[in-house]
Amino acid sequence: MAPRNRQSTPATPSLGSTTQSTSTPSRPSKSTSRSNSANATVGEAQQIIQGVWNNYLERTPQRVKLIDTFLGFLVVVAVLQFVYCIIVGNYPFNAFLSGFSATVGQFVLTCSLRMQTNPENHAEFKSISDERAFADYVFGSLLLHFFCVNFIN
Amino acid sequence: MATSTSSPALPSVFFSGDSGKSTRASLRVIILITIAAAAVAARLFSVIRFESIIHEFDPWFNFRATKYLVQNGFYSFWDWFDDRTWHPLGRVTGGTLYPGLMVTSGIIYHILRFLSMPIDIRNICVLLAPAFSGLTALATYLLTAEMSTSPSAGLLAAAFMGIAPGYISRSVAGSYDNEAIAIFLLVYTFYLWIKALKQGSAMWGALTALFYGYMVSAWGGYVFITNLLPLHAFVLICMGRYSPRLYVSYTTWYALGTLASMQIPFVGFLPIRSSEHMSALGVFGLLQIVAFVEYVRTQLPSRQFQTLLRALVLVIFTVAFGGLVLLTVSGVIAPWTGRFYSLWDTGYAKIHIPIIASVSEHQPTAWPAYFFDLNLLIWLFPAGVYLCFRTLRDEHVFIVIYAVLASYFSGVMVRLMLTLTPVVCVAAAMALSQILDIYLVVESPEEQKSSAENGEAVKAATGSSLLSDGLRSTKSPIVGIYSFASKFTVVSATTVYLMIFVAHCTWVTSNAYSSPSVVLASKMPDGSQHIIDDYREAYYWLRQNTAQNAKIMSWWDYGYQIGGMADRPTLVDNNTWNNTHIATVGKAMSSREEVSYPIMRQHEVDYVLIVFGGLLGYSGDDINKFLWMVRIAEGIWPDEVKERDFFTARGEYRVDEEATPTMKNSLMYKMSYYNYNALFPAGQAQDRVRGSKLPAEGPQLSTLEEAFTSENWIIRIYKVKDLDNFGRDHPSAVAFEKGHKKKKSPKKRGPRVLRTE
Repeated sequence: MAPRNRQSTPATPSLGSTTQSTSTPSRPSKSTSRSNSANATVGEAQQIIQGVWNNYLERTPQRVKLIDTFLGFLVVVAVLQFVYCIIVGNYPFNAFLSGFSATVGQFVLTCSLRMQTNPENHAEFKSISDERAFADYVFGSLLLHFFCVNFIN
Repeated sequence: MATSTSSPALPSVFFSGDSGKSTRASLRVIILITIAAAAVAARLFSVIRFESIIHEFDPWFNFRATKYLVQNGFYSFWDWFDDRTWHPLGRVTGGTLYPGLMVTSGIIYHILRFLSMPIDIRNICVLLAPAFSGLTALATYLLTAEMSTSPSAGLLAAAFMGIAPGYISRSVAGSYDNEAIAIFLLVYTFYLWIKALKQGSAMWGALTALFYGYMVSAWGGYVFITNLLPLHAFVLICMGRYSPRLYVSYTTWYALGTLASMQIPFVGFLPIRSSEHMSALGVFGLLQIVAFVEYVRTQLPSRQFQTLLRALVLVIFTVAFGGLVLLTVSGVIAPWTGRFYSLWDTGYAKIHIPIIASVSEHQPTAWPAYFFDLNLLIWLFPAGVYLCFRTLRDEHVFIVIYAVLASYFSGVMVRLMLTLTPVVCVAAAMALSQILDIYLVVESPEEQKSSAENGEAVKAATGSSLLSDGLRSTKSPIVGIYSFASKFTVVSATTVYLMIFVAHCTWVTSNAYSSPSVVLASKMPDGSQHIIDDYREAYYWLRQNTAQNAKIMSWWDYGYQIGGMADRPTLVDNNTWNNTHIATVGKAMSSREEVSYPIMRQHEVDYVLIVFGGLLGYSGDDINKFLWMVRIAEGIWPDEVKERDFFTARGEYRVDEEATPTMKNSLMYKMSYYNYNALFPAGQAQDRVRGSKLPAEGPQLSTLEEAFTSENWIIRIYKVKDLDNFGRDHPSAVAFEKGHKKKKSPKKRGPRVLRTE
């Protein structure tokens, strides 16, 4: 079964840009914890993380780094909300839910924007220019926050 | 219709070349409009035959709710507490319905008023379903056009969708039900999803979410979309077809769609609580992980990546599975609902939830129903699915999954035939357009050129060359059709089939699906039509002769109609949310008068309404539904009501002389046959539904008195007597009065104790 015949196949990472991703600067913390378990078995984690991090610093354009910072911020906010919910309780459940899903939704929308504007993925998104991607992003965000505000009670 | 189904192929013949492009486009628009018009017209049989009237049961509630919305405005509709149903409990109607349908017709009503076209809300409700079926045909066109490069496929699919009886069954004029708009939303959501997936556009994803939200507000069947889209995404991932486009479209849809669905009060927190919605959440999480892994993969040398991947998969699987089990056990995620179980195990409902099993549209489908509802399409359907396999792009995977799931579900429950119909239309249109495109070309192909072209086309279009170079069937199989005779044969055969299909659809629509079931039609011996209008006669009697707040007890089937047409409070209705309350009514109906009377007093029942078809031979009456009442009551009071007691020693369900004492003493039996003897010569009374002769001595009623019986005895209404003025119990009071008149000794009865708690 031909694997990934729909893939953009970025075999050689071309000039300074990351490929498809969901997140990065936020994830190092997460992937540390994940690869720690790998560490126990293999012990290469340090090296792997270092490699990823270096790659990232080297190859990511400034604009994408900005997006990534925003993603990181969203993850921090989401984690804060979640911790609050666990510690204090979820009493206004609507409020918690809409707050939390606002961050999650914004996160995935921003990820989508990041993917669509990434030159690596140009083959995938032929019909979508950067401007169009941004317009989509704004449209999606407007809808998202409309629903959240409506749901918050 | 025949012309519009076969005409889609014409443009490719007459308007070939680029110059005809705009001609073709405008022709396509005209054809689509014609199809929509035909779809609307096919659904108007009932209005023409009978009148502009709301049909059946559920639509009456929707109609009543719509009237409430139009009169009282949106906010009071949203907070509507209805104290005129489920007496004495009431129902939080605003929070327990799907408001999409009512809001849609409310908006249409206000727009039309704004355009100074004051149309009665009833007419809007009656004609809403046909109007939306026209839109469904358009949506089907769009969906199919995404699947196939052939221009005729979409038009054929639209035509099929417009007249397929499987869809007409729920969308004739007057069938003002949730499905009326839901099928349009279903198809359109699927179209938007395919569009979003193809382009990887967040805007289309957001639109999908928007229409998904609309769908959630309109029909409980939205769960089908909630599970189908994740399944599609999941299958794509498993096939190694993950792409950023999938990520963008799916996550946008899920994040926005879930929020949109939670806006509906009836759905509320279900999307994060109930198990039916968990697959969507799971795939959402999975996509994040896959996208992350894909990202990391491009950053790392492959060996390191392998190590990382293994660890990652292990950790995530453990955490996710453990979390799910923990949440389900601790009850945070609601366990699967009964209706859901009954989808997998058809026997489940019958054993555990008689209330679900008793609904006729929840019965498993009989196999002729497929042919009856889809005719020609059902055998083109597999061919279309096969064609999807041949050019297996992402959207074709969707059709394949949809086809498999919908086929299964339609076999489980009759009414889910409705979700099968769109995919059958799409697949059948693809198959048929393939045939027509090949055979409808007049000139013979040149041998060399066409074979080369064909080979290229296959390679380019399919990508299946990647899959199976070894398979002979995929190696440029068709060269061309040379003989004019064979072309002519195939085309004329297809045309005949299509014409038969149209004839069948028209016949089915006019004969099977256009009866309002509120008004019955029968043929007189001379062939003229005779309208039997007992339902409305009785409901209007109630409306005009009883107090505004008189409580009517009836079986739940008639609750909505009584609320809608008679405007009287009811005990139970078709929104079967409280099984115990329904069982109470079932117990009252199936017990002796001495037991039933206190129950009716406690619930302040003023009138009891039953449906009796014995005189007319109307088989959908209460005696035939009686066993369900017994079963549902038995579910709550197994000691007091026993189904076995209603069968004779030989296990027969009888109403004649040999009926069991329990049966003869039950309130339902007594009410049905009370005074029925008077219609016949002595000893000749006959029940025409069950074809049996009744006992010579009719049943006696002491706690109820007959208030009204409609022209053909279909509806009988009884008034519950007040307590006796002299403090006697009812049987002795009746006996006393009879004794004065006839000097006849009272009939032997059971214990004469009036139980008043």
